[in-house]
Amino acid sequence: MINLNDITKSFDGLQVLKGISMTFEPGKTNLIIGQSGSGKTVLLKCLLGLHQIDGGKMHFNNQAFGNMNEEERRTLRREMGMVFQGSALFDSMTVLENVMFPMQMLTKKRESEIKRAAEEVIERVNLENANDKLPAELSGGMQKRVAIARAVVMKPKYLFCDEPNSGLDPKTAIVIDNLIREITQENNITTVINSHDMNSVMEIGDTILFLKDGIKAWEGSKELIFNTDNEAVNDFVYSSNLMKKIKKAQV
Amino acid sequence: MKILHHIGEYLLMLRLVFVKPTKRKVMQKLIFKDIQDLIIGSLGIVAFLSFFVGGVVSIQTALNIENPLIPKNLVGFATRQSVILEFAPTFMSIILAGKVGSFITSSIGTMRVTEQIDALEVMGINSVNYLVFPKIISMLLLPIVINFSMFLGILGGYAATLYGGFSSSADFIEGIQLDFRPYHVIYAFIKTLVFAMVLATIPSYHGYYMKGGALEVGKAATVAFVWTSVVIILLNYFITQMLLA
Repeated sequence: MINLNDITKSFDGLQVLKGISMTFEPGKTNLIIGQSGSGKTVLLKCLLGLHQIDGGKMHFNNQAFGNMNEEERRTLRREMGMVFQGSALFDSMTVLENVMFPMQMLTKKRESEIKRAAEEVIERVNLENANDKLPAELSGGMQKRVAIARAVVMKPKYLFCDEPNSGLDPKTAIVIDNLIREITQENNITTVINSHDMNSVMEIGDTILFLKDGIKAWEGSKELIFNTDNEAVNDFVYSSNLMKKIKKAQV
Repeated sequence: MKILHHIGEYLLMLRLVFVKPTKRKVMQKLIFKDIQDLIIGSLGIVAFLSFFVGGVVSIQTALNIENPLIPKNLVGFATRQSVILEFAPTFMSIILAGKVGSFITSSIGTMRVTEQIDALEVMGINSVNYLVFPKIISMLLLPIVINFSMFLGILGGYAATLYGGFSSSADFIEGIQLDFRPYHVIYAFIKTLVFAMVLATIPSYHGYYMKGGALEVGKAATVAFVWTSVVIILLNYFITQMLLA
């Protein structure tokens, strides 16, 4: 579980996050949504420790991030997996090598054990025939699946995904969303997904945090988001023609 | 003031290179890969340039000796001194700043742009050590390349002298043995080691801290080449002043 309490963050005097409080629960896919520039990526990077927060408190399973020493933070990072927007796979490594990489770097397991664990995860994301391929030889959807495999191979407690289905066709996007949700539920991971895709909201939005100009404007679930009277949320949700037509049909 | 910021950031990066090391087994693989890319991959261009520049040095020396009182072995002597003292260590390093330096900046810069460095950091890996340390270790083999360059430069001079009929084989060989001081080779290797450190770290710095997209990777590689060359030339002056003056 991740607890955020009154998180603030500024860059060069510009406040990007303004007192964000939220709880992300394990076994659930927690979505952070909002327009570009609303502070989603900054919040995700704060959670990952890539940005230091200016104020507020972050608790990971009731452990305060601010009170952790360097070693404890390093240990915590090893419990985190991250799926980057552009997959961030290592170009010079094959699929199998990419997935084996975190275990090779961070564990003392034997090579045969690492290989077996990596192959199991690759099989879980349905890429068993791509072991020896380089990232450049894979489609966008396959690259995302490798990135998910690499992120979960260490059996993390926390999984973070930055726009996991950006640049993918709607069908592949749904496959990726469902894969993330299944892995989250199977392993009871606290998953936080940064997205502005309404399909993802409808598919996997167990908990949704809506940000607007760095402020938490709304919190709820996929069931509630379509019935809220929050103006900012409605503006965002019904901004596309498709969603407008759905709303009209509902009315 | 901006330059002070860059110098400070560069020094902080150097500190990070040596803390929280990557696992030895993984590091060995990275070092061998970098030796292949940076050292072995440079041998061809080094051989080609050294042989022909050595030839040009000897031809120009021979053409400028018109006085019959000047011994013919001066061609070999001047070629050896030019190649060992300056051409092989300094100018080869500047040429390598273009080849090796831009490779280092663009490969690390591309990793920055495609979030691969962020991925390393999120995994709890010291990305500076992972990326820069193997390059420093690989570049410590630069004196071997420079030794190879010295040999081929003098060989090129020998071939050009004989082929152009500027001096006899015996005169040239006598020239390259004349007043030979091993300390000059040691001096050349000392400065080569310093340049190797510069060649590995300045381009790494420009790649690691670059911001932007693909276009900026190219710009960073150009800036890295300029700064690496400037630093090599300045250090060359100070090292020569300290060791030879």
